[in-house]
Amino acid sequence: MSDNKNLIVEGKLAVNERIKSESNFLRGTITEDLGDDLTGGFTSDNFQLIRFHGMYQQDDRDIRAERLKQKLEPLHNVMLRARLPGGVITSKQWLAIDKFADDYTSYGSIRLTTRQTFQFHGVLKPHIKLMHQTLNAVGIDSIATAGDVNRNVLCTSNPEVSHFHQEAYQWAIKISEHLLPKTRAYAEVWLDGEKVETTDEEPILGSNYLPRKFKTTVVIPPQNDVDVHANDLNFVAIEDNGKLIGFNVLVGGGLAMTHGDHSTFPRKADNFGFIGLDDTLAIAEAVVKTQRDWGNRVNRKNAKTKYTLERVGVDTFKAEVEKRAGVKFADAKPFEFTGRGDRYGWVEGVDGLHHLTCFIENGRILDYPGKTLKSGCKAIAEIHPGEFRMTANQNLVIAGVPAELKEQIQALAQANGLMPQVSLQRKDSMACVSLPTCPLAMAEAERYLPDAVTEIEGLLAKHGLADESIIYRITGCPNGCGRAMLAEVGLVGKGPGKYNLHLGGNRAGTRIPKMYKENITDTEIMTILDELIGQWAAGREVNEGFGDFVIRSGVIAEVVDSAKDFYA
Amino acid sequence: MSNQQQFGPGGVVEPNQLNQITQAITGLDSSQLTWVSGYIAGLAAAQDPNANNLAPIAITPVPESAGTLTIIYGSQTGNAKGIATAYQVKASEAGIPAKVISMADYKPRQIKNETHIAIVVSTHGEGEAPDDAVELHEFLGSKKAPKLPNLKYAVLGLGDTSYEFFCQTAKDFDMRLATLGATAVLERVDCDVDYDSAAAQWQDDVLAKIKDDLTAKTTQVASTPAANTASVASIYTKKNPFAGTLLTSQKITGRDSIKDIRHIEISLEDSGIQYQVGDALGVYFLNDEAIVQRMINAYGLSAEETVTLGDESLTLAQALTEKCELTLSYPTFVKALAESSGDAALTALLADKAALREYLVPRQIVDIAIDYPVKVTAQQVVDACRPLTARLYSIASSQNEVEDEVHLTVALVEYEEHGFVHQGGASGYLAKRLDEGAPVKVYVEGNDNFRLPADPNTPVIMVGPGTGIAPFRAFMQERDAQEAEGKNWLFFGNPSFTQDFLYQTEWQGYVKSGLLSKISLAFSRDQAEKIYVQHRLLEQGAEVYQWLEAGAHFYVCGDANHMAKDVEQALLTIYQTHGKQSADEAKKSLLALRKAKRYQKDVY
Repeated sequence: MSDNKNLIVEGKLAVNERIKSESNFLRGTITEDLGDDLTGGFTSDNFQLIRFHGMYQQDDRDIRAERLKQKLEPLHNVMLRARLPGGVITSKQWLAIDKFADDYTSYGSIRLTTRQTFQFHGVLKPHIKLMHQTLNAVGIDSIATAGDVNRNVLCTSNPEVSHFHQEAYQWAIKISEHLLPKTRAYAEVWLDGEKVETTDEEPILGSNYLPRKFKTTVVIPPQNDVDVHANDLNFVAIEDNGKLIGFNVLVGGGLAMTHGDHSTFPRKADNFGFIGLDDTLAIAEAVVKTQRDWGNRVNRKNAKTKYTLERVGVDTFKAEVEKRAGVKFADAKPFEFTGRGDRYGWVEGVDGLHHLTCFIENGRILDYPGKTLKSGCKAIAEIHPGEFRMTANQNLVIAGVPAELKEQIQALAQANGLMPQVSLQRKDSMACVSLPTCPLAMAEAERYLPDAVTEIEGLLAKHGLADESIIYRITGCPNGCGRAMLAEVGLVGKGPGKYNLHLGGNRAGTRIPKMYKENITDTEIMTILDELIGQWAAGREVNEGFGDFVIRSGVIAEVVDSAKDFYA
Repeated sequence: MSNQQQFGPGGVVEPNQLNQITQAITGLDSSQLTWVSGYIAGLAAAQDPNANNLAPIAITPVPESAGTLTIIYGSQTGNAKGIATAYQVKASEAGIPAKVISMADYKPRQIKNETHIAIVVSTHGEGEAPDDAVELHEFLGSKKAPKLPNLKYAVLGLGDTSYEFFCQTAKDFDMRLATLGATAVLERVDCDVDYDSAAAQWQDDVLAKIKDDLTAKTTQVASTPAANTASVASIYTKKNPFAGTLLTSQKITGRDSIKDIRHIEISLEDSGIQYQVGDALGVYFLNDEAIVQRMINAYGLSAEETVTLGDESLTLAQALTEKCELTLSYPTFVKALAESSGDAALTALLADKAALREYLVPRQIVDIAIDYPVKVTAQQVVDACRPLTARLYSIASSQNEVEDEVHLTVALVEYEEHGFVHQGGASGYLAKRLDEGAPVKVYVEGNDNFRLPADPNTPVIMVGPGTGIAPFRAFMQERDAQEAEGKNWLFFGNPSFTQDFLYQTEWQGYVKSGLLSKISLAFSRDQAEKIYVQHRLLEQGAEVYQWLEAGAHFYVCGDANHMAKDVEQALLTIYQTHGKQSADEAKKSLLALRKAKRYQKDVY
């Protein structure tokens, strides 16, 4: 397309582009690396390529310096992120991952994540193939859960409108499958799949895959548990008389940024308008292809869809999507998001089945003293005929429980700490994994969260707001897994014990918070929050959230258009 | 030569000698001249009866990088690497020979052979060096760091001004290099997040400063004469050990290992001691004072009592700590004490020789004292003891790499018995009881039966599981220094890959550089069935046989009781399987290999 000239960023391509183009459709020399017993890690290109297969090479950063002195390489291992559209997993599958976590991971945990799936942490190289084969045997894969591809597709976990969830969930699966890489590399490398003579093709993603990661959701208002504005592409379910009729399509959200680089910023998604159900896959494909062709392949820091929209303009991008899909967007249908939290405890779906949402602090399913979460989940999986749903808030829904099993499952959940009595504040708090495993982490997140929340609880109580809560999120680096850039109070890791403090998001997740103080300690943060919560307690309007209050009272300026306002 | 002879311009040489010398050095550049001056000074030191005359010929290695700008980078994110790599191109375009290397791959000691370095380094977290840079950073700040009076350097720091310790690591490098006597060609530049233009300016400025030094030089430096001749006699012997200094005692097994193995570095500075790879180091040690006190208490004696050993008079505590063998146990101790005390139980123990041996094996002398607290005098206790002897460790370093240091690989023996901790004599001393910086008495014990092939082109196969790895680390350092062309194949084994891969990062470096052609690993506990080095030998039997047929030397170091026997059996099997030999023929082949000094063992 000749008029695309101005829409494509010219220049020397980023290193990852070479890696992808030389990878023979994501195979690289991973197999050779698996046979190299001199190191527990992967060599440089393969280090990147395994991400497309759902793994990150990590190491125990707590002991990295110690091992360097011991003349031992870092304790290399991989983290695996499974592909579970909508976070749905059966009991049988649960039992398989529970056992693998015990037998072959150094942390022994199942970590529920903000991408509505689970991660294994600490798998050594000799066990990686076994891991994929174990998952494959129960119908789970990890294709494209990381890397420059469309990643695990999220779907609202709403247990109440069960028929509606079923429909939306089916769309999440269809979109995920439709946008999946078609290369046979995964099967060949990990499952010892037969090598076939046919040439691989990637009709949607292209042989160089996408310029950067790409995230998609299906969301059922009024819940915004998936946090649409953290995602490149969102299908907002629109119903008419209890029936799903189509989607509003929101494009170009994303939270990642780079410290000190003002060309990067979190950005909300734009509403392109409404489409009917039949056009869903065509639109998904067209958005991905437009971003594939127009996304910045020269500078990875500006490669995500949100920057493409800023650069070419929303209207140009939208027109291209319409052209490619052969579909015109209708006017957006009205919808409203009211909150993002999960609804804890039991609810009965319209289908008469029961659903129990369990609060899992940090999403880390492990046996702790007096809180045997992992054993509890296993015991439930052994008798539960339904499924589990992992939520985008890192919690777990035991879904589709028949009435006759409700009591027994409740007893197991209670006995194993899956129904803890915790404050609203704790439920509204979230952190990414961060140290010690995440190589990008700059500050603690998961390990700091429990104590941080206790401090906030204390501050709320001190100011007479013990029944209130603040959407409080900590993310260990500016890449944004902890979605702090959609919190009322968001902490972004800057260095050991140091964070950038952001204020002013709202409860529904439709406003980006702005930096209030840079590079300050946890103690300084609590001092500031003490002061501000005090002001909020004294001056708030009825039901006014903390994020709304700090903007109304002028503590922080509102971010309306983040390209202009975020650093202003 | 003495100073009374006055000839020629310097008053030392005759005119015709001066002529010859002048001829010989014509065309040498300044760094070559520097080398020659050191070489000749070494010759003089070796001949001068008045000087510290047993000092070895001081052969200063020729700087590999003479006339080269070495760009060394350390970074967490890759920005420094990008700048360093681009800089190399820029320098080459300007006609300045430059090489670029990551701090992770850079051998810290190499720095004293450099003439010009450019450092590009970021700062991690709160002022810490990035992981890649930690080793060099620490080295330059440590007492091991050499003086660098001839080094010119420039430092570029990458950082973020929003951090409190902005560019701290760059500042550290700058300060440490200056402290060591190196000269900054340019004031350090500290860059903020948007470093592009500042970095480019720095590159140009540095090049302008060093251009004159580096562009003129084209001559290649002649190769270093090999120093691999027979051991130079030393005044330091078993009887007269040298008081070296413990530089480093570093655990090199992981925190979850079932073993505690230490990498030990000892300074031999100013001793003139020369050793060869394959030699062992004798280490004298002091007994554990807590154990000595327990022993004194057991016999109800006083630490301050005076005893006599030969013509030396000292306290009981001193004698037991410094002079008596307490960690190995021996029947003569029991016998002597039984006689001097007349104790019935002890005498009964003595009666049954087999039972006595069985009793002694798991015990140290202190345990006997606790089991049989007989009535004896301090002198009788001391007399019953064998004199303390040095422990021998295979040397794990080559002087071509470490110069006046010697390295060991020591397994700490430590266990609890009778409710208190027992340690091995020397291993406990080196690993736990001796502080870094403290003196330790050592001497070199030559071992001509464990030598690298004289021909550097000869391939070698090394089998060294556990601490048996030690001499092969020395071998590789030596072959590296020799730039030996012969192939090298290492077999190593230990319980676990993640915890017990001794010197893993060094082997990785040697594989990457191509020095180590092959490495075969056997981690016995990483899978259901136990795998040991002999299994790897058998698996690779065809290729092992080929190497042997091609003249390879075969070395084994480590446990004598099981491993060495199993490896020998594997070799016999290989001759039978791949050489189509009978059992008898295989034995003969092995014998011939041994006679040709191509099968050498250092086992214990």
